[in-house]
Amino acid sequence: MQASIQPGRDAATQYVLRLGDTCLILGQRIAEWCGHAPILEEDIALTNMSLDLIGQARALLTHAGQISGLGHDEDQLAFLREERDYLNPTLVELPRGDFAFSVLRNAFMATWLKLMWQRLQASSDTELAAIAGKAVKEARYHQQHACDWVVRLGDGTDESARRLQAALTALWRYTPELFSDDAVDEQAAARGLGPKWSELQADWRAEIGALLAAARCELPAESAFRSTGRQGVHSEHMGYILTEMQYLQRAFPGGVW
Amino acid sequence: MSSTQNEWPLWEVFVRTKAGLDHKHCGSLHAADAKMAIQLARDVYTRRQEGTSLWVVPSNQIVASDPGDKGMYFDPMEDKVYRHPTFYALPESVNHM
Repeated sequence: MQASIQPGRDAATQYVLRLGDTCLILGQRIAEWCGHAPILEEDIALTNMSLDLIGQARALLTHAGQISGLGHDEDQLAFLREERDYLNPTLVELPRGDFAFSVLRNAFMATWLKLMWQRLQASSDTELAAIAGKAVKEARYHQQHACDWVVRLGDGTDESARRLQAALTALWRYTPELFSDDAVDEQAAARGLGPKWSELQADWRAEIGALLAAARCELPAESAFRSTGRQGVHSEHMGYILTEMQYLQRAFPGGVW
Repeated sequence: MSSTQNEWPLWEVFVRTKAGLDHKHCGSLHAADAKMAIQLARDVYTRRQEGTSLWVVPSNQIVASDPGDKGMYFDPMEDKVYRHPTFYALPESVNHM
């Protein structure tokens, strides 16, 4: 039972897994702040955000297991895949860094997820549309909270502005992956399952551009680098986070809370 | 500066559990300004579906009675039971008084 599973390879399953893994891995990274945030109140706020994302991941992974027809449940998909079968963009698996890094990544992803959920509410897949209808409210709050922090840090002290600019420089080159399409996106869009990821780019750039201007940040130069987490080819950090996540299910197969 | 001077201001949090009821004081939190105070109140005090509306008030804006005045202020009411409206026979049609 602790042996690895192979997820479905069809486009619909892969499309939903990409989104589910994005929520799963980002939720895990944000959870690392539990007990470590700068103040108690923000510690709870970040933990709430993490739990929202884990909840979204549960719904999406359960649904992906049903679409694939292979009978995988949410726990098997979350904890028993090999690294190459996780399909989140690389951005969300990067180590949490300092508070500025985490807050800026949260602002990037909450904005992206909000735009994605808004479109998925019109999905031809009624289950996916229902998940989106619930999740979009959560994403809207995550975006407000994270974006407020970005402006506070960018327009705050010399140190907070310096740290935010450093976070932006580090994160920016991972953002093109959030808008790059392949055959999975083409097929999902063709059958009305959901948008091609590239369809989110114009809105995301407009919202994030306004945010970074308010935070007095300088946009880094565009880079030719392209991350490839969505294809299952991850950064060196992915193995470590998966080891931590999978340890319990591998050591105690089928263990439940 | 002492550590308390470095802390963010304190805010009192009031939560309304459902429409029609009053906001009730439920605790306090630290936040840099009113906008952050509302967000953190949402995160700290309504995570188990406790609320439909929130107020936050800077703690230093609340004027409180002096604990030292407690005897003078409140003890004299102890034997004024006639101030409770329990000595009147209420008509049947008045249910909740």
